[in-house]
Amino acid sequence: MDVQYINPFVLAIKRVFETMVRTKVRVGKPFVKHDPCASADVSGVIGFSGDAAGCVVLSFPSAVAVQAASKFAGTAIDESHPDFADAIGELANMVAGNAKKEFHGMNVSISLPSVIIGKEHMVSTSRSAPRIVIPCETDLGSMYVEVGMSVEKPAAATAAVAAGASA
Amino acid sequence: MKILLVDDSRTIRNIQKNVLAEIGYSDVVEAGDGMEALSRIAAEKPDLMLVDWNMPNMDGITLVRKVRESDKTTPIIMCTTEAEKSRVVEAIKAGVNNYVVKPFTGETLSEKINQTLSKVTAQA
Repeated sequence: MDVQYINPFVLAIKRVFETMVRTKVRVGKPFVKHDPCASADVSGVIGFSGDAAGCVVLSFPSAVAVQAASKFAGTAIDESHPDFADAIGELANMVAGNAKKEFHGMNVSISLPSVIIGKEHMVSTSRSAPRIVIPCETDLGSMYVEVGMSVEKPAAATAAVAAGASA
Repeated sequence: MKILLVDDSRTIRNIQKNVLAEIGYSDVVEAGDGMEALSRIAAEKPDLMLVDWNMPNMDGITLVRKVRESDKTTPIIMCTTEAEKSRVVEAIKAGVNNYVVKPFTGETLSEKINQTLSKVTAQA
């Protein structure tokens, strides 16, 4: 995956968290994910389709996800709260939507969010696109954003997204 | 002033409700998708609608087109992550009066709501 498609996600995660969660995000050096066993406790997943196909995953340790969801919602919510998954999914939705506006000249659609909650789960996709991990430090703790995307030629026919998630 | 919030995220609807309360609007009804919104519109006759784009069952752009088949005047603000110019143009052609891109601050949302209502009042 061309590194030029990573920067929109870096900008998006900063913009979304600074505006909606009111916390600064310090982004580390992105790297290609080799270890398929990297895990998280809470993940928000959005699929892409069209001129780019794949997914973006926001992954959090449980304590960070709870704080982020609570600050976003403006009220204390824990993992068992009915709005917890909704809040994490909406944050993922905003990051994906905000990033894709930087894909100039490309027609890309985003899916509705999926949220996986489960201690040390792994998110895998059926597409073989390499996954780039963007490590993020916030005042709430560490989190990371994974982007796995294959970019078609702008004139290419729409490709279906194939993002499957397993806990 | 009755306001309909259409968004599949309850968190976003709650944030919108808090912003509306701060600027003096507390008569709010909610829908989680376009289909539910059509029922709400028929029953509640809202004076303003805030509509998300990406939703299950019926998306926001389809909802706006359906509403505009019979109602050309009730103001609609699209409030969405869809930020490309082409999407904004598509929404305006469908009949939205204003457009708010997520993420938004409370100030931005309240400004757009006041701006939209002022324009509608001026045109009346």
